[in-house]
Amino acid sequence: MDNVWGYILWVIFPYVALGSFFFGTIIRLALYGGNITAKSSELLEKKQLMIGSILFHIGIIFVFFGHVVGIFIPKSFTDFLGIPNEVYHIGALVMGGTAGFMALAGMIILSYRRFSNKRVFKTSSFSDLVVNVSFLIVIVLGLSASLIEGTVFHPEFNYRLNLSVWARQLFYFHPNYHLMLQVPIVFRIHVICGLLIFAFFPYTRLVHALTLPWQYIFRRPIVYRKKGLRGRSK
Amino acid sequence: MKVKAQISMVLNLDKCIGCHTCSVTCKQTWTNRPGAEYMWFNNVETRPGVGYPKKWEDESHYKGGWKLNRKGKLELRAGSKLNKVALAKIFYNPDMPNLDDYYEPWTYDYQTLFGKESKHQPVARAKSQITGEYMDLTNGPNWDDDLAGSDRSFGEDPNMQNIESDIKGNFERTFMMYLPRLCEHCLNAACVASCPSGAMYKRDEDGIVLVDQERCRGWRFCMTGCPYKKVYFNWNTNKAEKCTFCYPRIEEGLPTVCSETCVGRIRYIGVILYDADRVAEACEEPDDTKLYEAQLGLFLDPNDPEVVEQALADGVDMETIRCAQKSPIYKMAVEQKIAFPLHPEYRTMPMVWYVPPLSPIMNYFEGKNSIKYPEMIFPAINEMRIPVEYLANLLSGGNTEVIKNALYKLAMMRLYMRAKTSGKDFDPAKLDRVGLTEDSATSLYRLLAIAKYEDRFVIPKSKKEKVAPVAEDQGGLGFEQCNGCALAPVHGSMLRKAKAGESTKDIYAESFYGGIWRD
Repeated sequence: MDNVWGYILWVIFPYVALGSFFFGTIIRLALYGGNITAKSSELLEKKQLMIGSILFHIGIIFVFFGHVVGIFIPKSFTDFLGIPNEVYHIGALVMGGTAGFMALAGMIILSYRRFSNKRVFKTSSFSDLVVNVSFLIVIVLGLSASLIEGTVFHPEFNYRLNLSVWARQLFYFHPNYHLMLQVPIVFRIHVICGLLIFAFFPYTRLVHALTLPWQYIFRRPIVYRKKGLRGRSK
Repeated sequence: MKVKAQISMVLNLDKCIGCHTCSVTCKQTWTNRPGAEYMWFNNVETRPGVGYPKKWEDESHYKGGWKLNRKGKLELRAGSKLNKVALAKIFYNPDMPNLDDYYEPWTYDYQTLFGKESKHQPVARAKSQITGEYMDLTNGPNWDDDLAGSDRSFGEDPNMQNIESDIKGNFERTFMMYLPRLCEHCLNAACVASCPSGAMYKRDEDGIVLVDQERCRGWRFCMTGCPYKKVYFNWNTNKAEKCTFCYPRIEEGLPTVCSETCVGRIRYIGVILYDADRVAEACEEPDDTKLYEAQLGLFLDPNDPEVVEQALADGVDMETIRCAQKSPIYKMAVEQKIAFPLHPEYRTMPMVWYVPPLSPIMNYFEGKNSIKYPEMIFPAINEMRIPVEYLANLLSGGNTEVIKNALYKLAMMRLYMRAKTSGKDFDPAKLDRVGLTEDSATSLYRLLAIAKYEDRFVIPKSKKEKVAPVAEDQGGLGFEQCNGCALAPVHGSMLRKAKAGESTKDIYAESFYGGIWRD
């Protein structure tokens, strides 16, 4: 039974979620790109947004890159560089914890705002509420996994020996779900929730993260468009 | 020299009676949708007053438009690109107006008026169109209309800062005027320069500034960038919207809805040719009071054969050039210098211009015997109820000389015509002193006072049949998502008529008259 569930949760589900993310994003950008927006509600409420939005966004960006490093840089590489495991972990906990708490504080403010401010609540779609709540859950799970479960209850657990290995295996289509069975429970729930967020990412407001307007930095200030030459500036 | 054509507008404030017809017809046409209730692509403000949104002219607060940086180069007042990235302003735009700076849109609870008979007179209470809850109204569009609450609004008008303090509160000498406002379709549009997505653009062929609804990602910098606060954020579609200069009508050679329906015939639309290569240089004129003249310097004489040749080489079509030659805008702004841009000191090179109002000065010298002493206008204008300084703060970056010259000219033209129509003697030399001749005074009178439709609106038709459909360029998302829109069946019926082969002009004549759409 363990094997069946292990297979479903750590082989099938991740591919369904990542597939939904990958193909959903392509479809969204290619066919429904016109309705992507950051969905700002700053017009309706400004003060809580200031603290909440800045904290959350900065926090979550660092958290994201922290995860990328944690998953894609194998232990053998840091060993090769001569970084001791303890130093790596303390560094990861301090930096990741700081970013995580920033994101958490921001998300608490943003969620409070979304549910308590009448203007914001009334103009929220169901998906906006889902996004808010699931981010709260996933951040709380992530923080409690690494700061409480990982340090207090399972100090011997090193995610880089199993969780990260499994995650990398996903990318070359050869995941060994037995690795995930060694992982403590809160970590596992965190991974599932995280994958769920990736799964609905393209169909919610979250997709605005992919349309970061970096080209603005290099653009000429005034854009002219000629008839028929759609979307072309000169 | 790079010649470009720009569609622009002149509003003769002398004739504006503040009836708000332009605002209402504009709203009926463009912004009667959920999310767009608070958007007034066109609004009419009473001056002095706070305007819409509240105190929009206070750029130390809203940070709109351009400023010169230490090196004397143009920079958005809201911050350079570096500043915006460093301060992560994309997550939170500190300078963006809040809905309360406009107003929370509301409707009335009309249902209570139709209930059972009750002991008390039923009252339709105001209900928010966002939250659906009852609300106490404390602010709204034109809350200070006709100087209502002027003890507050006088002080809050940024243009009143340099005016002698005794005028401010002295009700016996108080003054007011109307200022209809729409998007300025600037040559150096700060909203376009602010848009991170590149969704805002100037149309190459007529300079109309539009928001591509399909590329707008709702980053909101345009709202801050526009010093006139004429880009709005739709809280329903979460995208920016603004005045379109009624481009579907302009392309058909028709005036905008606000101009078409203006009962006072105060609006003029025409083409003006300008040198696009020199715009940046003109915007960097360090002296605020000279910006108006710097902008005038950009406009090209459409009758100069060299200009025409260059315009054709730069892709301006012949019909546009012919319209530019008959342009009422060129005549008023460049030839006669009686029209002025709104707040040139924002350095956006706005293209909706205003003829300053004379009233109520004319009583001063239109009474008995006044014709005998036309010289009276010179001291009279200096003592006008509407202080020249106020008009200069509004229209010329504080340059009172140019405003005075325009007012002298307008007053002298009126005296001349009065003498002419009442058979009195008038020394034409007097006209000379304000730069008029008998011919030019008469033609100016025809343009301003008679204001025939074909003189007011000289608009080239777009040559869109030669290229891809222009309407598609704008993208239709925001305007299609109109759930429960009252106009949907009307639009449907028009679509059927169009498919049956009726011309747009006929459909327009049938469906739109008296300022509202009819089925």
